Amino acid sequence: MSPGVQMRLIGWAIALAAAGLTPAAAQTPAATPTPAATTTAPPASTAQNPGTPAAAQPAIVPGTVGHMIPTPDVGEPNGSKGIQTQVTPIGQEAVYFHDYWLLPLCAVISAFVLILLLIALTKYRRSANPVPSRNSHNTTIEVIWTLVPVLILVAIAIPSIRLLRHTYTPPPADLTVKVTGHQWYWTYEYPDNGVSFDSYMLKERNDPTRQASQRARTDDDGPPLLAADERMVLPAGKVVKFIVTADDVIHSFAVPAFWIKQDANPGQLHETWAKIDRPGVYFGQCSELCGARHGFMPIAVEVVPPAQFQQWIASKGGHMPGAAPSAPDSTAISPVSTASPTAAAAAQPAAATPANAAPAAH
Amino acid sequence: MSTTADALHLKPHDAHDAHHDADHKPGFFTRWFMSTNHKDIGTLYLIFAITAGVIGGAISGIMRWELMEPGIQVLNRAWPIGAGTANFDEWTHHWNVLITAHGLIMVFFTVMPAMMGGFGNWFVPLMIGAPDMAFPRMNNISFWLLVPSFLLLLGSTFVSGGTGLGAGTGWTLYAPLSTSGSSGPAVDMVIFSLHLAGASSILGAINFITTIFNMRAPGMTLHKMPLFVWSVLVTAFLLLLALPVLAGAITMLLTDRNFGTTFFDAAGGGNVVLYQHLFWFFGHPEVYIMILPGFGMVSQIIATFSRKPIFGYLGMAYAMVSIGVIGFVVWAHHMFTTGMSVDEKMYFTAATMIIAVPTGVKIFSWIATMWGGSLTFETPMLFAIGFIFLFTVGGVTGVVLANGGVDTYMQDTYYVVAHFHYVLSLGAIFSIFAGFYYWFPKMSGKLYNEPLGKLHFFLMFVGVNVVFFPMHFLGLDGMPRRIPDYTPAFAYWNKIATIGYMVTVAGVAVFFINLFWSLAAGKRAPNNPWGEGATTLEWTLSSPPPFHQYSTLPRID
Repeated sequence: MSPGVQMRLIGWAIALAAAGLTPAAAQTPAATPTPAATTTAPPASTAQNPGTPAAAQPAIVPGTVGHMIPTPDVGEPNGSKGIQTQVTPIGQEAVYFHDYWLLPLCAVISAFVLILLLIALTKYRRSANPVPSRNSHNTTIEVIWTLVPVLILVAIAIPSIRLLRHTYTPPPADLTVKVTGHQWYWTYEYPDNGVSFDSYMLKERNDPTRQASQRARTDDDGPPLLAADERMVLPAGKVVKFIVTADDVIHSFAVPAFWIKQDANPGQLHETWAKIDRPGVYFGQCSELCGARHGFMPIAVEVVPPAQFQQWIASKGGHMPGAAPSAPDSTAISPVSTASPTAAAAAQPAAATPANAAPAAH
Repeated sequence: MSTTADALHLKPHDAHDAHHDADHKPGFFTRWFMSTNHKDIGTLYLIFAITAGVIGGAISGIMRWELMEPGIQVLNRAWPIGAGTANFDEWTHHWNVLITAHGLIMVFFTVMPAMMGGFGNWFVPLMIGAPDMAFPRMNNISFWLLVPSFLLLLGSTFVSGGTGLGAGTGWTLYAPLSTSGSSGPAVDMVIFSLHLAGASSILGAINFITTIFNMRAPGMTLHKMPLFVWSVLVTAFLLLLALPVLAGAITMLLTDRNFGTTFFDAAGGGNVVLYQHLFWFFGHPEVYIMILPGFGMVSQIIATFSRKPIFGYLGMAYAMVSIGVIGFVVWAHHMFTTGMSVDEKMYFTAATMIIAVPTGVKIFSWIATMWGGSLTFETPMLFAIGFIFLFTVGGVTGVVLANGGVDTYMQDTYYVVAHFHYVLSLGAIFSIFAGFYYWFPKMSGKLYNEPLGKLHFFLMFVGVNVVFFPMHFLGLDGMPRRIPDYTPAFAYWNKIATIGYMVTVAGVAVFFINLFWSLAAGKRAPNNPWGEGATTLEWTLSSPPPFHQYSTLPRID
């Protein structure tokens, strides 16, 4: 401990002395842009994703349900300057409100202030106007510049309040998914279908913190830091209700392309909803600081046609509501199948186990 | 540091000083460590704020360096906070420590001490014609509470905060990450640090309110006070009303952490969102605490360099009062994604947007003050003009964020980071630089170097815009705040932002060169270097003012 502390003290001194040195030094790491520090020794033994035994995994077939290949520029950031493509009615209404009303207003107001400033700066500079006027009141103009902003705000508030009303009046839900945030992964439960599983970020192949048993990310899974080992799969065109909570600290369930972001508060259940018409893969990230690996618990949602959704539910050992369950309702005490990678085992209700049990065989 | 202090402050000017007999200064230790002189305490506050600002700015440098490329390439090095371990969780914990420290240092130890402690102490008594603050000894303890407070915050980075060294909770200290989520003493030290800083600010606020209400020179009615004094008065009320709420909230954190209470733990009947309500009931007034004195300074500066009285004085004063009042009833717009009811969201959307009205009045009144004036563009004026435009940009993005339905997308993304840095880093900090250049001749008795000042402004103006404008794009593209690594789609604008940081640092370097050069070799400043536009009382005194001023009170008609 003591040499470490010493080192830190020295480090502090360097950092304090070198406030201005940072930019110069900042050039150096450009040479090694490899993620997660390949140069340093791998970590001692932090158990990352508990479970996920590689031996129990069947080969991933990209393009099959649960492993749909993401479309570039949809459902993921693409380096553009604007809002991500919206695929829900609320998102489309909101992005229209933002792009065609709020943003132009912002631009016009900023430009208006800038132009007034520039006129004042040129017209009333000392060389152009050596004798200043003494005027310091003009009631008319003061009333105008109080009332006009009020009118602009009313013009913003009306569509804004409408958007809120629409957000808070969802159609009846076709499907419920319970989302639980943990340090640092998500659990997705489909209470009507008897399906439950954990979703972890997929690490890069060369990431020294990846254990041999953990599958590495490929481009078919999605972009780095956004791809997850198990995606939440949803049926297209259905109203999905998300019940969001957490079991340790606050997380936030956010999918930008759906225009949803709901904090996951431990001890509370909150709802949000989405109706996604367009099949595809959509990525989000935890959006409330939740500790060390806050930046490493992505949300991956795959939206598929309803028929494929049924297939997927079946492959997870679940059942459609109304259909006779293939096995008694799975609960926490249901026996966990001995990890056998066969299709038969996969059809068993092996899910719905608490956080650190091994995920279902698929 | 002592050299700076000595040079910044009054050297004996026996040959020049009309108030010779009032100018007996105590010895070094008595003068700087047991001070009861508002100007000396103001100087101490400014030195403190500059020191803290350098540390906070260096931390943002580490952050920008880490974010320059995708991947973790800085946190894994032998860095000051939790050096060079190989544990991935410790690296990323260090990131959280950095963002926490940056936020707390900039808010509590840079902007607040500079504006209230520094400029407020220096110029409120001078501007209202008072010989000193109402409670000079309390003034001293206000400052000296801040020093152990800052040491506690810095010290917290050397002790365990759970996953690694230091408190990694974010400056908001949200429970339960700050309670059950962070074992070890680091978070406790941060809580104590904030207790001390809060006590310091409350004492300071009491002092300002008493001084302004009771010690104005004859004829200086409230409606004749300079707008900077108005801004300090409103700010002092905000501090007095908001900080006790923070103190209560973090005390609850402390007892939740150490004594088994469950204010913010659902398992014991508590509520994690309750903490956020309490925090932001303080936190939103806090953001006005950080900007209102800036409004005041910009008003003085615009009037001075336009050579005109401020336009719409009463509207300006009461706009600040109404911003202060409304600022107390909009707090939950920081919490739109916590699971609020639709009625709450509608209320907080509407209430928040209303703040744009008095803010607009101020922006337009500043422009109207310039209108018809006879403008010169010394460095303080440049910073003030830059402030007006950049604050407008930060203001309109604030109106975007005020919409509860739109904030769903923006909340906790870089859009929010861009917004609050436009109003703080480009707003508050620009106004602090404007005030510093404006009053530097008065405080030090030396003129600063004008070309260097202008160079500082232009470098900084370009730099901060290049840092923060691209963050709007990152936010709209979905990049969350407070992450040490990002998917490659975010790489381009992050790199641009880091380049902007380098330009900003170059600007700040010019500032320090100018500061030390001017203190050492600047030309002697006259009583009023700014000419007929500078009409407030401090310009009637010598530069620097005598150790004790106004032994005969000025009379204002």
